Amino acid sequence: MGGRRLSLNWIGAVPFLVYVAVFLLLPTSIITAGAFLKGDGSATLSNFQDLSRPYVISATVNSILLSALTAIVGASFGALLAYAIATGNPQGLLRRVVVSAAGVLAQFGGVTLAFAFLASIGPAGLVTILAKQYGINVYAGGFWIYDIRGLELVYLYFQIPLMVLVFLPAVDGIKPQWREAAESLGGTTWHYWRYVAGPLLAPAFLGCTLLLFANSFSAYATANALINQGGIILPQQIANALSSEVGLHEPGFAKAMAVTMIVIVVMVTVLYSLLQRRTSKWLQ
Amino acid sequence: MAERAGVEVRLENLQRRYGPVTALNDLSLTIAPGELVALLGPSGCGKTTALRLLAGLEQADGGRVVIGGADVTTVPANKRDVGMVFQAYSLFPHMVAWENVAFGLQMRKVGAAERKRRALEVLDLVGLAPYANRYATQLSGGQQQRVALARALAIRPKVLLLDEPLSALDAKVRSRLRDEIRRVQLEVGITTLFVTHDQEEALAIADRVGVMNAGHLEQLGPPTLVYTRPATPFVAEFVGLTNRLSGEVKSGMVEVRGTQLPLVQPNEPQGPAIALVRPEAVSLATDGNLADGPLVGTVIAVAFLGATSRVTVDLGGGVTVLAQMPTSAAAGHPAGTRVRLALRDDPVLIAREEKASVDA
Repeated sequence: MGGRRLSLNWIGAVPFLVYVAVFLLLPTSIITAGAFLKGDGSATLSNFQDLSRPYVISATVNSILLSALTAIVGASFGALLAYAIATGNPQGLLRRVVVSAAGVLAQFGGVTLAFAFLASIGPAGLVTILAKQYGINVYAGGFWIYDIRGLELVYLYFQIPLMVLVFLPAVDGIKPQWREAAESLGGTTWHYWRYVAGPLLAPAFLGCTLLLFANSFSAYATANALINQGGIILPQQIANALSSEVGLHEPGFAKAMAVTMIVIVVMVTVLYSLLQRRTSKWLQ
Repeated sequence: MAERAGVEVRLENLQRRYGPVTALNDLSLTIAPGELVALLGPSGCGKTTALRLLAGLEQADGGRVVIGGADVTTVPANKRDVGMVFQAYSLFPHMVAWENVAFGLQMRKVGAAERKRRALEVLDLVGLAPYANRYATQLSGGQQQRVALARALAIRPKVLLLDEPLSALDAKVRSRLRDEIRRVQLEVGITTLFVTHDQEEALAIADRVGVMNAGHLEQLGPPTLVYTRPATPFVAEFVGLTNRLSGEVKSGMVEVRGTQLPLVQPNEPQGPAIALVRPEAVSLATDGNLADGPLVGTVIAVAFLGATSRVTVDLGGGVTVLAQMPTSAAAGHPAGTRVRLALRDDPVLIAREEKASVDA
């Protein structure tokens, strides 16, 4: 009597917490701990010192540039597409088709996506052959599809639809009254975008761009299916260090590289959440 | 805030169609300088379309919009010098209250210090100066609409347009803000068009009320006239409650259940008709002969409305009549009481549709 009753409200969150613990926290802990261990199990910082190897730096730079470029281009095109469908009929066929397609394409990666690109614009792809018949050689400058430029193109295939999905709610939150209010107060279309819609959408746009960056930064399967020799991006270097056929088996070093990636993705995710929080306060 | 003289606003033969639907059918309306006209009507009657054409947010298919003697029919919204308050959610959510109010001044290239000073001045006018640094989400619905009013007034527009500005608010706030809008409008002296579907709101706030139906004005006049002398059956039924009682037009009068009532339009054709009788023109008595008769019935419900109450009387044969009276008078007629009705001899309108009785 009179004692505080134990709240059982948290019970509903148990499955989620268990899921997060098993599939996120546990692997992260294992990787982080492993990054500080030698092959014999003794503690070391040498795995992190090895991150300065030239090929690791090159792969890290490639990963960051690839992710930044596909995030910016994907965000720009995806935002335009999201805006186009948001201004149309909310129940219209176009919107339903685009949103459904984006939902599928945003998850379309790995071997199937790599194969789809090779079959269409690979050196022996259908589009490549058709283009040749019209005198266009898409590989005049070399087989770029197996290079970082190939990855950029292929990544955009899932980056743009992902942007449509994550940015659409923000665009939907823009109320038509705001444009009319700006107009009736003497504003032009430029003023509306400069002072109203732009500032309102900017945090969401930046947040979604960061999400796209993280999405690209952590992608592995598509790159590996397309380019299975060497390692031009960081996830491939991690794979090589874990199961190299020619080099040393270096699980500690692989984990140190993985920790680097985790740190970058965590930073990006925190920034994303902060920006989302700011927008959701305005656009609720 | 400096007062300014209002300007005359004229809508001349405005036409607006959306595909096959005619939203405005030759609408003409003149608003005198400094006057507040309320356009009242059901959804889809064209009242909001009229306001949007005046604001320049839509273009007319025909007719003219004249503000202060200048034809602005083809002038874009941002050049019309018109302040507008929307139904709801129109404040820019990333700006605090004073920044919202200053937006129009910024568009007019007023300096930063001056626009803040003027924004705070107008916020003070609507009683919200202490809330100047709050975002829309930190304000109540009523406060948001007051900021929206301040924002519309800050640019010192020629005309103020209010598009159902109170409809998203609860009853108490609505009535308070309604009075506030009227006070500010009178203080500033601005010509105002107020669009609403709420008859009480329109009657309470306006100098003149325009009742719209199917894209045209059915009646335009002072609130008391629109209520007491509705020009058409539509107005009679839309503004206030109305009993529809079967009767017969004879020699310039209509006979309703044995009572002769004068007609608003004495030249109504002879024959069966529906008389539209206001509930306040019906009185009840419990004395005298309460045997069966055309105006004797049983009270089946009493609705308490505050100072007045509405009593529903069943006359039998599926006919019910509403009577509105002071609550103290209605207290004498609880449900189940036998009563005799008397119809005051106010002039009544005649509806020709076959649907009889009951209705209100």
